[in-house]
Amino acid sequence: MAKMVNLQIDGKHIQAEEGKNLMLVARENGIFIPSLCYYEHIEPPLGSCRVCTCKLNGKAGPACTEKVAEGLVVEVNTPELNDSRKALVEMMFAEGNHICPACEKSGLCDLQHMGYELGISATRFPHLFKDRVIDYNPSRIVMEHNRCIKCLRCVVDVKSKEGKRVFNYINRGNETYVGVDYAEEAKLTDEEILNAMHICPTGAIIVRGVSQSEPFGERKYDQESVQKHRPHAKQPAAQRPLVNEKKVVATVSLAGCFGCHMSLLDIDTDLLDVIELVSFDKSPLTDIKKFTNRCHIGLIEGGCCNSENIETLRLFREHCDILVAMGECAVWGGLPAMRNAIPLSECLEEAYLNCVTNEPSSTIVPYHEDLPKILDKVYACNEIVKIDYYIPGCPPDANHIWKVVKNLLWGEEYSILYSEFKYD
Amino acid sequence: MAETIQTIFTEPAHTQMMNRLWDLQLLNGYIRDEDITQLASLFGLSEIEVEGVVSFYHFFHRQPTGKYTIYVNNSIVADHKGCQRIIETFERETGARLGSVDRSGMFGLFETPCIGLSDQEPSALINFYPFTQLNAMKVKDIVGRLKAGVDVADICDQPQDNIRFTPADNKTLFFRHLEAGASITKAQALSPDGVIDALKISELAGRGGAYFPTWKKWQAAKEQGASPKFVVCNADEGEPGTFKDRVLMNACPHSLIEGMIICAYTIGASMGFIYLRGKYRWLLPRLEATLADYRKMGLLGKNCNRIEGFDFDIRIQMGAGSYVCGEETALLESLEGKRGEPRTKWFFPVEKGYLQLPTVVNNVETFCAVAQILDIGTDAYLKLGIPGSAGTKLISVSGDCKLPGLYEIEWGMTVAELLELCEAENPYYIQVSGPSGECISIKEKFRRISMLDLLARKDIRCGGSFMVFNKDRDLVKVLLNFAAFFKQESCGICTPCRAGNFIIQRKLERLDNGLAIEEDLKELKTWGEIMKTTSRCGLGKTATNSLILAMDKFRDYFGEKLDKSYNGQSMKFDMEAATREYETYKK
Repeated sequence: MAKMVNLQIDGKHIQAEEGKNLMLVARENGIFIPSLCYYEHIEPPLGSCRVCTCKLNGKAGPACTEKVAEGLVVEVNTPELNDSRKALVEMMFAEGNHICPACEKSGLCDLQHMGYELGISATRFPHLFKDRVIDYNPSRIVMEHNRCIKCLRCVVDVKSKEGKRVFNYINRGNETYVGVDYAEEAKLTDEEILNAMHICPTGAIIVRGVSQSEPFGERKYDQESVQKHRPHAKQPAAQRPLVNEKKVVATVSLAGCFGCHMSLLDIDTDLLDVIELVSFDKSPLTDIKKFTNRCHIGLIEGGCCNSENIETLRLFREHCDILVAMGECAVWGGLPAMRNAIPLSECLEEAYLNCVTNEPSSTIVPYHEDLPKILDKVYACNEIVKIDYYIPGCPPDANHIWKVVKNLLWGEEYSILYSEFKYD
Repeated sequence: MAETIQTIFTEPAHTQMMNRLWDLQLLNGYIRDEDITQLASLFGLSEIEVEGVVSFYHFFHRQPTGKYTIYVNNSIVADHKGCQRIIETFERETGARLGSVDRSGMFGLFETPCIGLSDQEPSALINFYPFTQLNAMKVKDIVGRLKAGVDVADICDQPQDNIRFTPADNKTLFFRHLEAGASITKAQALSPDGVIDALKISELAGRGGAYFPTWKKWQAAKEQGASPKFVVCNADEGEPGTFKDRVLMNACPHSLIEGMIICAYTIGASMGFIYLRGKYRWLLPRLEATLADYRKMGLLGKNCNRIEGFDFDIRIQMGAGSYVCGEETALLESLEGKRGEPRTKWFFPVEKGYLQLPTVVNNVETFCAVAQILDIGTDAYLKLGIPGSAGTKLISVSGDCKLPGLYEIEWGMTVAELLELCEAENPYYIQVSGPSGECISIKEKFRRISMLDLLARKDIRCGGSFMVFNKDRDLVKVLLNFAAFFKQESCGICTPCRAGNFIIQRKLERLDNGLAIEEDLKELKTWGEIMKTTSRCGLGKTATNSLILAMDKFRDYFGEKLDKSYNGQSMKFDMEAATREYETYKK
């Protein structure tokens, strides 16, 4: 029997076996330390994602590479540490090209899950939109480099019978990616291939011909948090707002699909409240083209892909007290931003000149002084004007949108359910 | 006595990976597909593992690099001295565009960060031979001669040592005469414990820049039960602006070797390594010759210096262009023939270092200092410098000054004195210890250079690089150069360093383009702090040091750079740049 030692995690006194990994000790004691690269049976631990950074005896360091010792004092939930962790996960979203609505791993993805647990509504970092090529060469898997967070799990854990690596880091710095050895990959058993997909914390390793059995919305991370009390979830309050005057709301869809507007209409009977409490100014719902009043709130759907979007967004900023970016596209670019990693000329030529359904000989890239100009990339709203609040989701849940609006207009307390807070 | 390396310990085959790759790179100018296959089967690895190693190192290529491979230094000092013009001239004369090979396959032209010749910029390496103080005429001449078939080795420069200053009254520590074997004999007289005591008294601390007490490291390694043990000299001097180790290895390689032998004697090691940075390949013959001399004299090999049972020899391992390999655990990985990724702090190198065996890793200057301290004795050593910070320190001075070069100063000299010695021209800010170090304003010129103050708040602990910039230099451009450097040199294993440096660079570009607002400066600072607390190794932890300090020390300057029309609502946006590509479709 190993020697037992005493340690403290966030003030809680704990006994554990000496030399045991701190992540495990915390987990066994019901303390949640966010992490992405840590995987119980990989030894020594990888220490690559750094999301589990805690204060260890007052010094910042990752929990996953810490062996517990007598008198160890660990701080997990301090405002600074929680913010650093959030920042690290945001960095991964900003660094990769993570399009949750288009990902087969959605709902089973550890990265997405950490985003939910940490309450990330928008990344503070500019998205980097690095062009990454999807590798279709392996015989049984597809390597989706856009989604890889370089956690090292597959590099260290997936090996052939002779102990040779199947995956390995290639290049360095921000050019680093996980390369696949096609010859070794072909030798793996079906079980080993599935294991590679399962240990991948994101949707980077996809096995051909294997589909997820559960539907979206009912997957591992779709419904419930692993934390008993999510720090950012507020307590619900039931009272109806005090209404003195009708508030004025404006809405717009820029480079979006109107899906967020559709979702907005999905609040069912609450629509009756809306009519009573709110009047709409410039909005596709009213078809008012020009601002007639100053507005309390402006809801923006979509990012900016052309010059007209930018003008409209600036107009909204001018006429609205509060601007809310509603949905993934407004928050960081979303689906339209899939083009950001590709040169504009390639996109235009593919769409207008080389597309197979075009009439031969009449192909042209439209350009006219009356047409808005296409920008070099799709910009997030907060790159153009100050955005006050963000609602993630593609589209955001109807209740989520309505709760945010009620909170902003009347200060009504709200609680966003874990299942309402989504990126897809 | 034998002149070639003795087989005291047989290293596993895979440790030879880097050497094999170097052979192939030099032979063919690149690593071919068949080489990858062969190496994989030779070392029992998958091909992707070999690819991983090749792609990690800047000097290993998978495409031909020409008969003559030219690397022009693009560090900030070189930039200020006109390296862009040198690159343009090379492009014109060779017909090769930067980053590629000319049509005939004769010349390959590439950029590379600091090559350790900051005192004689602009400089370049051609087939790893140094060419210094370049100008357009000289480049033209060099290319002309190469085209005429002259051997590179015949026309390369022999870089100057440029030792500009040593303490008065012949008090130099590093450049004094050292009789071969003298310091080893003195170490033997002291016994291993005596050597550790002497180092404790002298308070020698790691001169690579971390200033960890040398005696503690040696003591810890000595106490380890596992064997064999190893001594590694970190000669991967990659910090831009630093060249002290280059001068030491050129002027007094024997003191380095004696220092390593003393270490081996003290901790009981049986093999040593000098991990020499790829850019210093031209120093290799000199080091090899000195090692051969030492073997001939019986100071290396079996029963070194006739100490019964003390078998020790040194092998040189060439690095291949990776800054992060200066981090000791990354260096050990590289020495094992792998990608130079820093290890986690699960074990320290003195516990499990090279091949998971006890290993001491010290800087060139530290080993040289050990040999000299034992030779002159601790009493004489303690008289140098100031109380609490004894000895002398080597500082590489470069940038806007008349006398760039190496300065051996006694600890305690002020920044102002050093600036006067090197005849700095209108100095405005000084980058101490390189990009990962500290950025100081001329207002702080009365700060002392010493290792007294652990937190380096009052005194400055200089790692070795001292870059002087005058008032006309654009600070944001300097910081951008650093950011680009860190982005490129990050190993890519941890998120904050890999993504963070990229993000910081983007943000600085915004600032440089006049699009940034006050909020951006705040963000830069907090993001820099996050990288500091969460990164895996020193590279990420220190990459934003200068940026954070500069924003405090040069507040007015940064204020000037901001978008002044910002009203808290609408950001400035460069519509012209954003629509430029689309405008090409206008008929």
